[in-house]
Amino acid sequence: MFSTYPGQVIVDHPVKVPIEHRFDPYVDNGGTLLSIAGKDFCVVAADTRQSEGYSINSRYVPKSVKLSEKTVISMGGCYADCLTLTKRIQQNMEWYRHAHGKTMSTAAVAQMLSIMLYQKRFFPFYSWCILGGLDEEGKGAVYTYDPVGSYEREVCRCAGSASSLIQPFLDNQIGFKNQESERQTLALDEVLRITKDSFTSATERDIYTGDYLEIFVITSDGVQLTKMDLKKD
Amino acid sequence: MTSRLPQAKGGFNFDNHVRNSAMDGKGLVLPKATKTGTTIVGLIYKDGIVLGADTRATAGPIVADKNCEKIHYLAPNMYCCGAGTAADTEMTTALISSQLELHRLSTGRQARVVTAMTLLKQMLFKYQGQIGAALILGGVDVNGPHLYTIYPHGSTDKLPYVTMGSGSLAAMSVFESRFVADMEREEAITLVKDAIEAGIFNDLGSGSNVDVVVITSENVEVLRNYARPNERGVKEASYKYRPGTTRVLKSSIRDLVTKETIQPTSLEAMDTS
Repeated sequence: MFSTYPGQVIVDHPVKVPIEHRFDPYVDNGGTLLSIAGKDFCVVAADTRQSEGYSINSRYVPKSVKLSEKTVISMGGCYADCLTLTKRIQQNMEWYRHAHGKTMSTAAVAQMLSIMLYQKRFFPFYSWCILGGLDEEGKGAVYTYDPVGSYEREVCRCAGSASSLIQPFLDNQIGFKNQESERQTLALDEVLRITKDSFTSATERDIYTGDYLEIFVITSDGVQLTKMDLKKD
Repeated sequence: MTSRLPQAKGGFNFDNHVRNSAMDGKGLVLPKATKTGTTIVGLIYKDGIVLGADTRATAGPIVADKNCEKIHYLAPNMYCCGAGTAADTEMTTALISSQLELHRLSTGRQARVVTAMTLLKQMLFKYQGQIGAALILGGVDVNGPHLYTIYPHGSTDKLPYVTMGSGSLAAMSVFESRFVADMEREEAITLVKDAIEAGIFNDLGSGSNVDVVVITSENVEVLRNYARPNERGVKEASYKYRPGTTRVLKSSIRDLVTKETIQPTSLEAMDTS
């Protein structure tokens, strides 16, 4: 017979895989964000619920940060990574200002963020980023990223836990996909209505989305923030 | 195919295990059951039992049903709250409900709560936890009010106030701070409502409305959607599509009415003798 010692695990059946003890540094803190570009404006919106598993960490943790008078960043995923990434972007923008005597343009921040994400290719920031703002011509711009820095300029994008619920709706209502009618450019009030309805509807069906909604509107006058309630269950 | 091996009399059949694990290794995703990440509670008050439940059913991170019923009928004097796999709680309570009715008919007496509890625990133990039903059983019989929790593996507790499901900790925090023995009806219902609402707002697996059932020796009150603290807001825009939004590729119209012409061949009356 086998001799045993305290704490010894005796396995009397074949084990398929060896027991592995892994370092798991990522958590998903849920939440949803979206951005829509207009002719001369950009809307960036995100809910403020921060959760882990079936628990709510906080009902008000903003996911979006104003980077300049023309640029707003919004991030979802692992909140710790998002915090650090935001801080590094802000620091680099500050250094840029000291070196060149001007604020970084939205396109420049967009390019920089891609590089910052790819620099950590083999230990990535677990973050879904959407950068919204105005380009050099004053037109609305939305840049979207994957966690390792692949990026693209788009008209509208949703990311985070309810992205699969909202993105098809946005494609239809903003991009006029699967519609015969002529594609038109939407006014700010129409975009805001669609944004609010996206979030109230996502709150109904996604358990990680809710509590409050923060909407950033970027125009040539600067950045304006509005808040509204979402359901809290 | 007939097996030459002796057939087992009961329990599970593992014939497909090798096939399933092979398919699993090739990346087959097995279908997932709807789990009710739930808050369910129950307490004993002066005249009987109050049971409570939320109404959210989830499938992973998605809300599958915003207003489902989690308080199941068992017998005229007994109800049972279910948490866990939705199908398991529904089928288990329905099966035991049927057995209790047959028992009532054969004995000519109202079934006792212990009987229901024993039937449920013996069934759940037989299935060794494979039936994912976590239950709160409440009822009033000849021996007075009884409240039990039954776990998926078949163990039971008999307590004056109980909670179960993913929101059980939130609900129990309300009970632990405010429960007193022999409460009045209104006081008891309010406490149950507040316990469920603690689950609804603090547990992501629970949500929507509060269902309440009050059982006394005289009668049973089913208070469906006793509280509705999560009404959906009005939508800002209308999303009605204009006619012609979807292109018509082809159209064909068929007449579904079959027309028949009847020609009388003879005017003689039918022979009905």
